[in-house]
Amino acid sequence: MFKNLAARRSQGTQFIRDLRAARPTGFRGRPRLDATPCGDGCTACREVCPTEAITLAPLTLDLGRCTFCAACELACPAEKLHFSNDPRMGAADTQGLLVREGDEPKAIAASLHRLFGRSVRLRQVSAGGCNACELELNATVNVNFDLQRYGIDWVASPRHADGLVVTGPISANMARALQLAWDAMPAPKFVIAVGACAISGGLFREGAETERAFLGTVAPVVYVPGCPVHPLTFAHALLDAMGR
Amino acid sequence: MSATVLLNVDAADAHEDVRAWRDALLERLSAGHRLVTLYGAPHPEGVRVTAVVQDDAGELRASRAVVSAATGFHTLSHDIPGAHVFERELHEQHAVRIADHPWLKPVRFERGGGVSVDEYPFYAMRGKETHEVQVGPIHAGVIEPGAFRFLCHGELVHHLEIHLGYQHRGVERLLLQRDPRALAPLVEQIAGDSSVAHTWAYAAALEALTAHDASEHDLTRAVMLELERVAMHLAGLGGLATDVGFTQAASTYARLRTAAINGSMALCGSRFGRTAVQPGGSGVALDGATAAELLLRFEALDRDAREIDALFLGARSVRHRLCDTGRVDRYTAAELGLVGMAARASGVALDQRVYCEPWRGQVIATASTGDCMARAELRVRELHSSLDLVRRWLAPAPEWRRSRPQLGALAPSRLVIAVVEGWRGEVVHALETDAAGALTHYKVQDPSLRNWMGLAQAVRNNEISDFPICNKSFDLSYCGNDL
Repeated sequence: MFKNLAARRSQGTQFIRDLRAARPTGFRGRPRLDATPCGDGCTACREVCPTEAITLAPLTLDLGRCTFCAACELACPAEKLHFSNDPRMGAADTQGLLVREGDEPKAIAASLHRLFGRSVRLRQVSAGGCNACELELNATVNVNFDLQRYGIDWVASPRHADGLVVTGPISANMARALQLAWDAMPAPKFVIAVGACAISGGLFREGAETERAFLGTVAPVVYVPGCPVHPLTFAHALLDAMGR
Repeated sequence: MSATVLLNVDAADAHEDVRAWRDALLERLSAGHRLVTLYGAPHPEGVRVTAVVQDDAGELRASRAVVSAATGFHTLSHDIPGAHVFERELHEQHAVRIADHPWLKPVRFERGGGVSVDEYPFYAMRGKETHEVQVGPIHAGVIEPGAFRFLCHGELVHHLEIHLGYQHRGVERLLLQRDPRALAPLVEQIAGDSSVAHTWAYAAALEALTAHDASEHDLTRAVMLELERVAMHLAGLGGLATDVGFTQAASTYARLRTAAINGSMALCGSRFGRTAVQPGGSGVALDGATAAELLLRFEALDRDAREIDALFLGARSVRHRLCDTGRVDRYTAAELGLVGMAARASGVALDQRVYCEPWRGQVIATASTGDCMARAELRVRELHSSLDLVRRWLAPAPEWRRSRPQLGALAPSRLVIAVVEGWRGEVVHALETDAAGALTHYKVQDPSLRNWMGLAQAVRNNEISDFPICNKSFDLSYCGNDL
C-alpha cells in the first residue's frame, strides 16, 4: 500500500491539460499545400501516391485516402506539399476531407449536441483494421489524453452505445458482424469512420476481399483521418461534433 | 541486417518428385533443423511447394517440389505437429490434397473458398455438465476481431477452437498488383503493431534482389525495431494489468508506452514507425540535440518502468492470477513450432536477432515455466534489454538522414527469404521473381500464424475465466494471421 502510494507520487501526472492546444512534436499530420504554381505538366506527387489521394489543377489532397507516407512531400520538386504537426483533420462529410492550396482547418458543426448532450458512449468495431487505429483509439482514454473527462467513453456492448466507431477497410468476413452490431444499437445512433481504411478503403479499396456496402447505407456523421488516427485528431473531431 | 537468404530458383534444392522432397525434408527436421515456413505458389504443372528450414547456426535452406493439387502429399503434421497450419494454408490457398491431415480447417476463409466464415461447423462435445461458449468475432474491448469457441466441462476449458479469418483483406494478392519497390505502405499495414519488423523483412528481401547494400541503415532500423518491441511489450503488460484488475500498473504502463511511441514519432514522424524503413533507405532523421533529448526520455522511461514492474510482478494478487495459468511446457512449445516471445517463455531459445548485426552474439533471454507469469516476466526483461540497446546505440549521438533511393531492376529467377525478429517473434517474407525479373510470388508470415495454436493448448484445463489473461499473455495478431 505504501509502496503503491510512493510509486504514485514518483510517477507524477502526465495528462495533457489542454487537448485543443496540444501539437505533438514530430507528428506527420495535416498537410499544408502552398499556392506556388506547379511546373508545367508536373505530376510527380500524384504518381507516387499509393492511394490516389492527390488530384491536380488545383492541387488537392484527400485526407480520407492519405496514408501519410510523405512520398508526395519528397517527390515534389517545388516543395509545395508539407505535412505539419497539426492534428486537426476531422470532417463532417467527405468534401470536408479535401485539402486545397492555402486551406486552414475548419471546425466540425456540433451535430451530436442536440440529441446526445454532453456525453457519448462509443462501441468500436474493427473490420480489417491493422491494430494501429485500434491502439490509438484505446490511447484516447489513457492517462495522457483522458477523453473520459469530456464524457466520451468506450463501451463493451452495442446495446449501451450511442455511436459505432468503424476502423479497417471492412473485410468481407466482418461485414455481417458489423451490420449485426449496428442493428443491435438503440436509436438515436450514429457512425464515425476512423482512419484511411474505414473512410475510403485506403490501400485495400481495390481488393476483392472487402465489402463496404454498410457505409453506403449508413453515412458516417464524422470522418477522422489518419494512418493510424492520432488520439488528438480523434479528440478534436469528437469535441467539435459534441459542441464542446 | 535480417537473416536473409537469396537463392537462384533452380539452385534451391529442387526435387523431381514430391515424395523425395518430403522424405528429405523430414530427414532434415529429424536431424535438428527447424521448419521456418512451408508454402505453395501456382506453377504451370500444379503447385510448387517450398519448405524453408533453419539450422542451429541460423542458416536458412529452401527445398522445393512441384505437386499436382489432386495428388498432393501425405501430411507432415503427425511427425511435425508445427506443420499443421502450413498444410492447412496450402490446402486453402491452392487446394493441395494433404492426405491424412487431422484438421484441414481453413486458416482465413478467403472468398470463393466454398466455406463461409459464418457457417463453419465447430467441434462439439456432448455429456453431462458440458457446455459451449462462443466469444466474438467482436470482443468487448477496442481490439481486432476473431472468434473463440470453448468446449467446457463445468468451469474448465476442455478445448478451445480458434476461428479466424475475419480480418482477411487479401494482402498477398495486393502485394503482387503494385510496383514491388513501392510496397512499404502496404507492408506496414500487414500487422500495424509490427510495421518495422514487416517492412524490414520486405526491405531486406528487395535489397537482396536488387543487390543494394543497405547495411549503413542497420543501426537505424534496429533502433526502430527495438522501440517497437518496447512499446508493444508495455502495451501488453498494460493489458495484462487491466485484465487482472491492477489499475495502477495498467495506467502507468499505458503512459510509459506513450513515451516510447512518441520517441518513434520524434525519429520518423509516426508513433508506429511508419515510413521508418524504406527499401534501400531510411525514413529516420536524427541530430545530436534530438539524440540527447531521447536519451534522457528513455532513461526516465526505464527508471519509471522498473518501479512499476516491481509492484506489478511482486503483487500477491497478480502472482495468484498469473502463476501456473496458461502453461505451455517446453516440449509442447517446440513441437508446435512456437516462435518468438511465447517460445522463449517456455524455454525454447529461439531469437533471430542473435544471427544478425547489430545484435550478434547477444544472449537469448528465456524463462522456463511457460505460464502467463513467465510470458509477463520475459516481456519485462526484454523491454529493459531493448531499452538498454537503444540507449547504447543512441549514446554516441549518431546523425541520421532520410533517404529513399530508387532501387534498380529485380534479379530474375530468384527466391529470397528474409527473417526479422519482431516483438512477437519471427516475421518471414519470401519473394520470388520469374525469368523476366517480375515479382511472381510474395509470401508473408506473421509469427501469430504459428502461435495461435499455442494459445489453444495453453488454455486447456484452465478455468474459462482465465482466458483473457492467457490471450493477452500471448498477445497475437489477428490481421497478421488473416492477411
